[in-house]
Amino acid sequence: MGDLTGQDSALMIPPSQGAQLAVDEFNAKSTKVKVEMVKYDSQGNPDQAVTQTQQALTQDKITALVGPGFSGESRNVGPILEQAKIPSISASATNPGLAENEWKFWHRVVANDGVQGPAIAEFLVKAKSAKKAFVIDDAQEYGAGLGDVVAKAFESQGVKVERDKIDPQGSDYSSTVTKVKASAPDVIFFGGYYAPLGRLLKQLRDGGVTAVVSSGDGSVDQALVEGAGKDAAEGAVLGCPCLIPFGSDVPELKTFSDNYKAKFGTDPLIYATEGYDAMSAFLKAIEAGNTTSEKINEYLSTIDFPGVSKQIKFNPNGEIAASVIHIYEVKDGKVTWLGDTSKAQLS
Amino acid sequence: MLNDFISQVGPSTVGGLASGAIYALIALGYTMVYGVLRLINFAHSEIFMIGSFAALFVINLMGITGPLSGIALVGTMLLLLLASMAASGGAAVVLERVAYRPLRRRGASRLAALISAIGASIFLQELFALVIIPEVFDRPSQGRNQVPVPRLFDRETVFSIGNTDIRNDHLFIIVAAVVMMVLLDIFVNRTRIGRGIRATSQDPETAVLMGVNIDSIIRTTFLVGGAMAGVASLLYAMEFENLRFNVGFLLGVKAFTAAVLGGIGNLRGALLGGLMLGLIENWGSIFFGSEWKDVIAFSVLVLVLLFRPTGILGESLQRARA
Amino acid sequence: MNANSNVRSGNPLTALRRTVGGYTDGVRDWWATAPRWARWTVYALLIALAIVAPSDAIGSFMSPHSHWASLLFSPIGTYVLLAVGLNVVVGQAGLLDLGFVAFYAIGAYTMAIFGTKYGWNFWPVLVVGIFMTAVSGIILGSPTLRLRGDYLAIVTLGFGEIVRVTAQNTESIGGSRGITNIPHPEPIFGVEFFLDPLPYYYLLLAAIILVVIFAKRLERSRVGRAWEAIREDEDAAELMGVPTFKFKLLAFFIGAMIGGLTGVIWASKVIAIQPPNFPFILSATILAAVVLGGSGNLPGVMIGAFLIAWLPERFRGFADYRILIFGAALVLTMALRPEGLLPPRRRRSISGSVTKPETPPAGGDEAGDDRPAEEVAK
Repeated sequence: MGDLTGQDSALMIPPSQGAQLAVDEFNAKSTKVKVEMVKYDSQGNPDQAVTQTQQALTQDKITALVGPGFSGESRNVGPILEQAKIPSISASATNPGLAENEWKFWHRVVANDGVQGPAIAEFLVKAKSAKKAFVIDDAQEYGAGLGDVVAKAFESQGVKVERDKIDPQGSDYSSTVTKVKASAPDVIFFGGYYAPLGRLLKQLRDGGVTAVVSSGDGSVDQALVEGAGKDAAEGAVLGCPCLIPFGSDVPELKTFSDNYKAKFGTDPLIYATEGYDAMSAFLKAIEAGNTTSEKINEYLSTIDFPGVSKQIKFNPNGEIAASVIHIYEVKDGKVTWLGDTSKAQLS
Repeated sequence: MLNDFISQVGPSTVGGLASGAIYALIALGYTMVYGVLRLINFAHSEIFMIGSFAALFVINLMGITGPLSGIALVGTMLLLLLASMAASGGAAVVLERVAYRPLRRRGASRLAALISAIGASIFLQELFALVIIPEVFDRPSQGRNQVPVPRLFDRETVFSIGNTDIRNDHLFIIVAAVVMMVLLDIFVNRTRIGRGIRATSQDPETAVLMGVNIDSIIRTTFLVGGAMAGVASLLYAMEFENLRFNVGFLLGVKAFTAAVLGGIGNLRGALLGGLMLGLIENWGSIFFGSEWKDVIAFSVLVLVLLFRPTGILGESLQRARA
Repeated sequence: MNANSNVRSGNPLTALRRTVGGYTDGVRDWWATAPRWARWTVYALLIALAIVAPSDAIGSFMSPHSHWASLLFSPIGTYVLLAVGLNVVVGQAGLLDLGFVAFYAIGAYTMAIFGTKYGWNFWPVLVVGIFMTAVSGIILGSPTLRLRGDYLAIVTLGFGEIVRVTAQNTESIGGSRGITNIPHPEPIFGVEFFLDPLPYYYLLLAAIILVVIFAKRLERSRVGRAWEAIREDEDAAELMGVPTFKFKLLAFFIGAMIGGLTGVIWASKVIAIQPPNFPFILSATILAAVVLGGSGNLPGVMIGAFLIAWLPERFRGFADYRILIFGAALVLTMALRPEGLLPPRRRRSISGSVTKPETPPAGGDEAGDDRPAEEVAK
């Protein structure tokens, strides 16, 4: 379940295709049990996610759910799944608060924003020896949340922070550019999605701001470069709990990328590997002979296998045990994977 | 606080005037249609959107991918201006014919026309998101994402005042908007058709009796208002270099606010309202942060209306004693 | 002047318009003269229908793509109640309100704040919520209601945006995160409120019935007649001794209360609310529902809201194109029946008199019903 046709569908189609790939591979192998994957389009709207979940439970009688994609919908859908005892694994909901609900049937295969934010901030402070940061966000739940954590992390590192917010639906960010310029920071962080970041980045560069611009998982998309223009986007640093291969030649990633491309005709993008891993976790449980929702959920608590994106093992609260943050950089107009925060080197 | 203001006021003013100029050009369409029909043309924001995509269409047709200069730039700009004005103006006329005239004929309430406009607005946005952006602009399944526009000319600082750099693109927008306004003012106040428009806005029934062809006047009003949105759309596409299917919505609301601020139905009011709104937003952002922009804009609107219930310059399409 | 429009009586759209119009008019004429018992039977049948509505048998036809009982609560039920509230403002008093969503938001936020911060139970919050929105209606109304028509429209639009953006930027009420873990209502009459949408639906249904009775009584009272006078000609009403400002403020007050009531009930079900739940487009949608159904006529308004909430869900099968079709349908309906599907009878008899001043002052305006020009032409 996720936003398959709405505004932010570019973030949700890859994980859904990743999950589809896992199911198809499983069905091709397995003779005993066949798994059917039904897609639910919430358009990223929590209200619609609720009606779709009710539909999934009463009409389609699903056994397990990959999703919901976003944090807002997860929060509304979570209690319903909990009551119906249906296990869920989200490939992309990164709000830290979700794990505090004591939901027994909820899991995710990505690290939350509480891990992501500080990791990115720390990485930037180390790589750019920053003294002054400017944190901008889009005043939406995800963006502002991430902006807050990053600002706090900067401050705890002794970096001076100034802030502003932009309207993600707007186009004219000149007032923000003026503020940034007056503040003259060493690094700029944006909490939000790639589309407004593209516009902001372009206006910052036109306005003569040269500091390095960074952002989180909502911005890791090639479309950022298109939106900002090649020159303005160059050198932007993006952090993400997700692993996007971007033509990497690590063997496991390459196999995955090739299979994915053969099936869908596109390279695996954001959260495709995580979608695949989330579905794989369910399939492992089914392979081990668990076919009811409750048994699958029990099995998930003991699961421990190497996924494409990372080692898949859940903490009791449903969080993934291995919380790795990866760093990407725009190089020659292409978003490039540099490795996780401990290994990545900016050019 | 005050230091912030002093250090940021210059650049803020330039940015505010540039966005205000675009608001003002769009506001003209609202104001003219309102003056003649007493109707909020809610779909005007989509007229703007159509113009911006028409400009991009021609850019793609000409195979422009990078900055131009000299004669090529001037020629291209004129061609683009013509294209977006024609597209927006034409779309506005079609809109009037399809969504408003049948209602007018039936003597429908203004509320019905407003809903028809909202319907047309939804229809046009979806048409672009589902059909035109994916097919015509060849971006399959990305109809709701932004479409980049290539840079038309290099941005340079023309001159500086204190810490404020005046860039050529901002200067171009402000000058272009003011020139268009002056031309429009001459058109409305000095020509025969302009007189018809003023007559209709003042008293439609008497205008009919005096031999004014109302249908033709209304069509002209939509055409001219649309063409002004076309100019705005080209300036917008050039400045922000990103288009979306719903690019008009927010600008439309702002421009309508500007029109009301200046005095709806009043051409000079639209210019004044647009520029003021742009400045208020940018100056207010210095004190309160950019996230309060819209609240500041609307609060000023409410305050102005409390003291001047028909906007700063009052309603009326013609000059005080035309 | 009207000559060329008269030629159009051969237009197929005109023919369709007449057929539909004639049919509904026939039913309405019957209804107007129907005896009391017949009306009560219809009311009872309608309520019975609303009570059995969530059953799966109806649901499988009504919404094959979504969970029907959830839909009945939101958006269908909430839209209906909001439309009934907005109808008081727009349909009865004739005040164009483009920011009705603000009251819905204030109601929802009241529920969320009192429920989470002070641990209040749903039922007292309901009262507080209605009170808060009523006050906000007065705060918005008292300075702005002196403005005429379209100025009021932009100011209310602005008010809607101010409320949403302020909620988004105010950290003490959750900022952009909104408010989570809103408590569900306490059990009443042994009915538990948890995740099942059914009890909420019945709660909302009860609210709708009460509000409709209230609105209907109001419409027929002195207040209703005063509103009608204001709507038709404010200056004349003022001259006739109607304190127009007071009555306009009352319309805002009552409309706001109904909006707030909807917000409180809605928030008590959804667990979490966020500022983007209250966009301008929701105001526009509810307004479209009111006008589509027949501004000023309660059954019409409710049908309008039902259709606008239900049709896009019913046609989820068409995926993307449903919104496109929705937009086109709005334009078409307004062209065919600008006074809405079921306009109020009294209004219909003087159709045209509330029009724009530039309407060609010929034929149609005085003709007895809603097929004016063509008839006159013959």
